[in-house]
Amino acid sequence: MLKTFSKGGIHPPENKLTSTKTIKRLAPPKVVYVPIAQHIGIPAEIIVDRKDKVEIGQVIAKSGGFVSSNIHSPVAGTVTKLDMVIDSSGYKKQCIVIRTDVKNETNFQETEYPLKKEIDLEPAEIVKRISDLGIVGLGGATFPSHVKLNIKEDKKMDCLIINGVECEPYLTADHRLMLEKGEEIIVGIKILMKALHVHKAVIGIEDNKHDAVELFKRLTADEKEIQVAALQVKYPQGGEKQLISAILDREVPKNGLPMDVGVVVNNVGTIFAIYQAIQHNKPLIERVVTVTGKKLENPSNFWVKIGTPIKDLIEEVGGMPEGTRKIINGGPMMGKAIKNTDVPVTKGTSGILIVDDGEACRGEVKNCIRCGECVNVCPMGLEPHLLMNLTEKGLYEKAAQEDIMTCIECGSCSYVCPSNRPLLDYIRFGKNITKNLASSKN
Amino acid sequence: MNESILNSVLLLVSLGAVTALVLFVVSKKFYVYEDPLIAEVEDILPGANCAGCGSPGCKSFAEKLVATEDISDLFCPVGGNEVMKLVAETLGKEVAEKDPTVAVVRCQGSCDVRPKTTEYQGPKSCAISAMIYSGETDCQYGCLGDGDCVTACKFDAMYMDETTGLPIVITDKCTSCGMCVEACPRDIIEMRPKNKRDLKVYVGCLNEEKGGIAKKACSVACIGCSKCVDACPKEAITMVNNLAYIDPEYCTLCRKCVPVCPTHSIIETNFPPPKVKKVVEKKVEADSSGEVKSVNLVKDA
Repeated sequence: MLKTFSKGGIHPPENKLTSTKTIKRLAPPKVVYVPIAQHIGIPAEIIVDRKDKVEIGQVIAKSGGFVSSNIHSPVAGTVTKLDMVIDSSGYKKQCIVIRTDVKNETNFQETEYPLKKEIDLEPAEIVKRISDLGIVGLGGATFPSHVKLNIKEDKKMDCLIINGVECEPYLTADHRLMLEKGEEIIVGIKILMKALHVHKAVIGIEDNKHDAVELFKRLTADEKEIQVAALQVKYPQGGEKQLISAILDREVPKNGLPMDVGVVVNNVGTIFAIYQAIQHNKPLIERVVTVTGKKLENPSNFWVKIGTPIKDLIEEVGGMPEGTRKIINGGPMMGKAIKNTDVPVTKGTSGILIVDDGEACRGEVKNCIRCGECVNVCPMGLEPHLLMNLTEKGLYEKAAQEDIMTCIECGSCSYVCPSNRPLLDYIRFGKNITKNLASSKN
Repeated sequence: MNESILNSVLLLVSLGAVTALVLFVVSKKFYVYEDPLIAEVEDILPGANCAGCGSPGCKSFAEKLVATEDISDLFCPVGGNEVMKLVAETLGKEVAEKDPTVAVVRCQGSCDVRPKTTEYQGPKSCAISAMIYSGETDCQYGCLGDGDCVTACKFDAMYMDETTGLPIVITDKCTSCGMCVEACPRDIIEMRPKNKRDLKVYVGCLNEEKGGIAKKACSVACIGCSKCVDACPKEAITMVNNLAYIDPEYCTLCRKCVPVCPTHSIIETNFPPPKVKKVVEKKVEADSSGEVKSVNLVKDA
């Protein structure tokens, strides 16, 4: 029996259409729109102005605080404006608009870096470089990586977990990256182990990615400190707390961090970005994006420059299919529907999913029949139906007592509800209000 | 038989007497003194418990009125000046007189002028949809149309107009308690002075985008052209972030700004129809229904 997390979970249809498609490099777009808030925390501060010429990889917005991140120019070109552009939140956000210089060759060079195994930097230097080169968690939450590596002195770390689970249906970005950049990822893991002073690392991969499990077992055959854990296929195993529960059988305390149980979790995409940053001094200016959907002509995985408008990606896979109802930034479970296709790819965009009528529309909302399915599947052990009711009635303090803030917004409850109740919509709203209430009290 | 009736009557009477005695003793022993003024003031207040004054209900507002020395800051928007005057007389304190206000909806983005670009299927609540995204249209400032304000109104003074998809305030019923202002996640509803004939001139738009973008999203949007600012003789109009605002304190309701607005985003309410200089009236022959239609051909001089 394969390992998995203890509470709840669901198994939606996997639909991994692109798992055999090699990652292609997308030509740089004519214009990139780089938002200054691509990470959780304080938005970066713009340090360029209109008509400035920028080089590829140059810092264009500086980290605005500790929980923040630098932003680098993904292309060489000219800053045309500092504009407000709709991002995946549906609201207009500050963006730096850069026109790509078509004559500049650096934009089109495909540098394939040779594998470099020796780690020259000291732990403190590693953390500093990760911070300088704007590395954030690429699993979706975009938490600045250097913050995770700044361990408080009273905490003792003993294990690094690498998240190669990719439990979201449809997405294959991490899967392909693992297959194509396996050796680099192993070096990346060693870099992080050095930075964290830990001697144990476990790579968690769901069992539907057999080839990746086999590959990493082969690559780590001689590595005593790195293990590979094949996990049962279950959503949301990619959640930090679920993954720790699945691999180490440790429970992260309520409102706590993985740090509290001596663990740091990082996504394979982040590990690869860290490898490139440390060994080749490359800032985070591109990422792997899966563009997928059942009606698409040619769904694929791409290396995409940050700031590329999503419409360029859709064109690349054969254009928007007829009958498209919804375009989702991310996977079908946790992704956000976007408002138009001008929305740029950010550091957190792991996939673009295009769905038609059948999958896009919600069913008619009916009354709760008290079946308790939502309670069964909640991976955090909450009672979603109760939290929804409390939020609907405006009883936010009561909802806070019922641990509304521990919800990880995985959407399993809304997925299984036979009455199509908008459980997560209300819980998310309740969380927002509770957060605001708490911050106004302080 | 008789005995059992007698027994039960005696039992109940004695039970009643004992309980009455206990209640009497308890009510004397644990008597809490309450200022009789509080009850008196509470009787004067409207008793709607709408929380428009800032207190949770009329009783707690009455307590506050009695306890506070200077009550000139406190005001019951529902009762208005009359109620506050009565309260002041009862308490022997001074109150400041306030002009009555009424809620206005500062958005005219009905379905025909503000095209829908996306579809929202989540719960019907403005607060939730505002949290998730910017609404079904391209205007991220306008009315979301899910009616949180209507739900919040405790006086049935608001309803959703089904053809326009916008809320409408019934000014006669509006008590200006301010619950709708609080409920709106976009701050579209504003309290504006309600003069004797309820005449109002205000900008029916909150779009801060530059002209072109605003106009594209909604044809009656304020495009920030500043023509109204130039037209205003009293300097009551300010232009901040491409958006005009008419300050009711300085506005004399002269309406010079209304015709100059190229997008008709300035709203005037309850004014008599404009006097037209030349009116040529001609009778049209009776149509098939036998009704005589009179057509006014209007020519502006």
